[in-house]
Amino acid sequence: MDTFISIFTEFDVAGALWVNIKLTFFAAIGATVLGTILAMMRISPVASFAAIGTSYVNIIRNTPLTIIILFGVLALNGQLGLDLGGGFQQNFFRLAVMGLAIYHAAFVCESIRSGVNTVPQGQAEAARAIGLAFMPAARMIILPQAFRGAIVPLGNVLIALIKNSTVAAVGSVSVEASATMGNALDARGDIVLPIFLAFAAGFVIIVIPVGLLTTWLSKKLAVSQ
Amino acid sequence: MSASVLFDTPGPKARRNIILINILGAVVIVAVLWWTISGLAAKGQMAPGKWDDFLEANTWVDYLLPGLANTLKAAALAIVGSVVFGLIFGIGRLSKNKLINVFCSIIVEFFRSVPVLLMIVFFNIFFSRNLQISSDSAMWAVVAALVFYNGSVVAELIRSGVRNLPKGQREAGTAIGLTTGQCLRAVEIPQALVAMLPALISQFVVILKDSALGYIISFNELLFYGRTYSSPNGNVLQALIVVAAVFIIINFALSKLATIVSRRLSSRGETKTKPGARALVGAPAGLDDVEPGGGAGGRNQNR
Repeated sequence: MDTFISIFTEFDVAGALWVNIKLTFFAAIGATVLGTILAMMRISPVASFAAIGTSYVNIIRNTPLTIIILFGVLALNGQLGLDLGGGFQQNFFRLAVMGLAIYHAAFVCESIRSGVNTVPQGQAEAARAIGLAFMPAARMIILPQAFRGAIVPLGNVLIALIKNSTVAAVGSVSVEASATMGNALDARGDIVLPIFLAFAAGFVIIVIPVGLLTTWLSKKLAVSQ
Repeated sequence: MSASVLFDTPGPKARRNIILINILGAVVIVAVLWWTISGLAAKGQMAPGKWDDFLEANTWVDYLLPGLANTLKAAALAIVGSVVFGLIFGIGRLSKNKLINVFCSIIVEFFRSVPVLLMIVFFNIFFSRNLQISSDSAMWAVVAALVFYNGSVVAELIRSGVRNLPKGQREAGTAIGLTTGQCLRAVEIPQALVAMLPALISQFVVILKDSALGYIISFNELLFYGRTYSSPNGNVLQALIVVAAVFIIINFALSKLATIVSRRLSSRGETKTKPGARALVGAPAGLDDVEPGGGAGGRNQNR
């Protein structure tokens, strides 16, 4: 037990996890905005927009996140000189957030589309019957209900995003959990299992409440039909 | 097939507007492509020297194909392992024995909430230093991490697959004198496996994608080879695009296979699919369950 407590004093477990939470927070905002726009494009009557949305989802969904994050650091920053500002560390952080947002936007888009499927057909028909065009109908009738129906898949995407934020280590964000754990394992080869369990427990403690919260929210906000 | 219920069949004015917006959209696509390519060209990234490496046989034979072989090997081992792991713990979670049930639940929930990368980093050091495995320790670290994570997901698939079977299956099994365990093995699991096949294939895509995480611990898979090959030549950007394309092609084929299998199953009509309610849009792909009968975005096309 003493060794377990010493891990927390010796290594900044909470600080590393806090970096992951920050990555998750900013990437979640970006992914939600981009994902909603993509979902709108995919359900819109305009074929070229739908095609853009579909291609984006099919390409990004099938690309490993590692490559996307690596692309930001090595290709955009290293080879093309893209700088998102804020100094050395902050630049890598922002590039990682961008990569995470781009990747998860594809899944947010698909979640919202699955939410659209939970909206009864009559709602769409009623919206048309009172003369609403596509955009007003989507904004006032379909999307608000779709978000309520999409809470479980959106929650799953959020959980995936929390866990995937560790991949930022590829993008030279060296202060986040997986990189910090790697350093800790290198430094204390005698207690590798307790160190792993300490960091893993951190994620369990973050992820399980999010799961419970989404289940509770989805029941509370479910549209009764 | 009728048009989407989300909007009216467009009249003459709406059709004109849609054509205009379509042209606008096409112009935007072309503009973005042109901007990207000319931007790359301005930085000398479109120079043939940066790309023609990937048209030479040596690049593929010496670097990319061995990398791809390692990626596929790790993925294949992980797929087999996670199905075995999933079967054991999925059945464990269905067990009537409280102790086995709770134990399996804790294991499954734990590995589902721990990031795969954390496990990969841990196993890499654990295998190479504590267990002294000298050869391929990086690959086995990737395989182990993928088995624990994806095996837990498969366990949940099996559990929900069995739960969703009609109650009569179990009752019939009990009626002909099978014990609970026999009934599970002989009647329920085989049907659950068939019903979960599309979701299982989608999980293979996840395994293949996550195998690229091995790059971090220098497992010599496709991405790692692509990077090491291109670093001295100064064309990392081009290498990443080529490697990504290989992943996309394989994963896209797997996703299509999942859709085809699920359509086959739903037309067979004996596996349980959600009845009734017509969907507003085509079934979304890439979520935990690929819903049967859903071509990606098939029903919401403008006519």
